[in-house]
Amino acid sequence: MMTPSPVLLEVNGLKAFVESTEILHGIDLGVSRQEVVAFIGPSGCGKSTFLRCLNRLHEETPGGRAEGRVTLEGQDLYASGTDPVQIRRRIGMVFQKPNPFPSMSIFENVASGLRLNRIAKGVELEARVEAALREAALWNEVKDKLDASGMSLSGGQQQRLCIARALAVKPPVLLMDEPTSALDPVSTAKIEELVIQLKKETTILMVTHNMQQAARISDRTAFFLYGDLVEYGPTTKVFTTPSDRRTEEYITGRFG
Amino acid sequence: MIARHWLNRLFISGICLLAMIALVPLFSVLFYVISHGASSLSLEFFSSLPAPVGEIGGGIGHAILGSVVLISMCSLISIPLGLGMGILLSEYSQKPVSRVLGVVVELLSSIPSIVVGLFAYALVVRPFKGFSAHAGAIALSMIMIPLVARTTEEMLKLVPRSVREAGLALGLPKARVIVSIVLKGSLRSLTVGVILAVARIAGETAPLLFTAFASQHWFQGLSEPLASIPVQIYTYAVSPYEDWHAKAWGGALILILMVLGLNLLIRIFLPRRKDG
Ligand SMILES: Nc1ncnc2c1ncn2[C@@H]1O[C@H](COP(=O)(O)OP(=O)(O)OP(=O)(O)O)[C@@H](O)[C@H]1O
Ligand SMILES: [Mg+2]
Repeated sequence: MMTPSPVLLEVNGLKAFVESTEILHGIDLGVSRQEVVAFIGPSGCGKSTFLRCLNRLHEETPGGRAEGRVTLEGQDLYASGTDPVQIRRRIGMVFQKPNPFPSMSIFENVASGLRLNRIAKGVELEARVEAALREAALWNEVKDKLDASGMSLSGGQQQRLCIARALAVKPPVLLMDEPTSALDPVSTAKIEELVIQLKKETTILMVTHNMQQAARISDRTAFFLYGDLVEYGPTTKVFTTPSDRRTEEYITGRFG
Repeated sequence: MIARHWLNRLFISGICLLAMIALVPLFSVLFYVISHGASSLSLEFFSSLPAPVGEIGGGIGHAILGSVVLISMCSLISIPLGLGMGILLSEYSQKPVSRVLGVVVELLSSIPSIVVGLFAYALVVRPFKGFSAHAGAIALSMIMIPLVARTTEEMLKLVPRSVREAGLALGLPKARVIVSIVLKGSLRSLTVGVILAVARIAGETAPLLFTAFASQHWFQGLSEPLASIPVQIYTYAVSPYEDWHAKAWGGALILILMVLGLNLLIRIFLPRRKDG
């Protein structure tokens, strides 16, 4: 039984280290175009590290190193000739903790990727910033103070600002590390809607601790445990008839 | 309850007392310099050359100009070099060059200033057969470069790694992240660092004694000896003449006012609260 949609992102034997500690023990996983994949698992199991390996950000961690093969549309991200900068323009990221640029205004934060990479300017830039802020469900709250510092926003607003910043450059792949963990139910619902909307043109890999959220919005679910990928399959199957006992125990809240 | 109240009072009084003790030397220096130096200050003192011993009048205009020239030359050398080194130390700390540089900067900043003066003497004055503004600026730079490098490094390290990662994750090249996000965000604190370094070298005497040396004339070119306020103060202070002593105090007052002025300038550039 082959999946019909072409594989966009393929991971083979991915290991991640910090100094000499092995954090991921050889992950194999493929993601198809226009899919939403949810990553679940107990705290510290390596979900964030896994995402950070996909845009080659893990190597920016002091002592961080990755081994294995990750291909995006057939291009090996870890091949010696690959420029991580080019990769990161195609794979956007929303971090677990909000990290707006402290010296920039709200507008400048969202515009930063477009402006500093010289993708857009002037009226087009303004339009794309507004669109990104609307998508991130932040526009109404900030439209009258676009020049205020990004740091003047609340934690949840900052997180949505970071989502808007990542959306503005329209990356074909988006990594989202617990994007809604700091948000109220209304904003969370809006971000979930956004993810479902974005699916038409974007492939989304999202870490979440919220099982209902994973069940609601993802097509596939990956369950990580102690640096191993224990189970990976269609979300409905993982949540109803998991093949591994540990998955079932985790989902039903009996451990982790 | 009562005991705690009194203990609290005792502590606060103790702290106030310590603060006062710390302020005593500061204010006595200020008071002393002003009371001895204020009488020398006049337009002539700022604008003219020294008068011969015994004659009324004269000034240290040449030394003020000399200090400005020396500080400008030194800043021209030290600010770009120091900033560059600071960036290397903070942003490329994993690179071997950066580690070696860290040790060099550490060593450089621990060399006593008189030794820096001797070194510049051997390196520049002897080979070129004469005291010069060049030599003075080089000696001062050896003090200012590590100062600027260290403060730059420390200021840049205050920028959280998560902010740099946010820039990298947008597909910005590392150099762009450093310039447009890290440096731009630290502009104010870097300016403060540079001004503090200028204030620090403005009063340096020892490195100038055998390099720029002294002069009784206006600026005569970069390859000639050049007067400076600290050396002029030194010359006047060690002389046996009463009126020269008064001029030394006058020079000291100008120096203090300059440094105070720089510190006030810092207030303007002090980083504002981010949410302000
Ligand atoms: N910079 C680091 N230095 C050392 N160890 C690290 C570092 N970053 C992560 N680790 C280790 O790697 C493991 C995985 O961390 P990771 O952040 O990927 O977990 P996670 O699954 O995202 O957890 P959470 O759900 O709490 O966010 C943890 O055991 C952590 O201690
Ligand atoms: Mg995490």
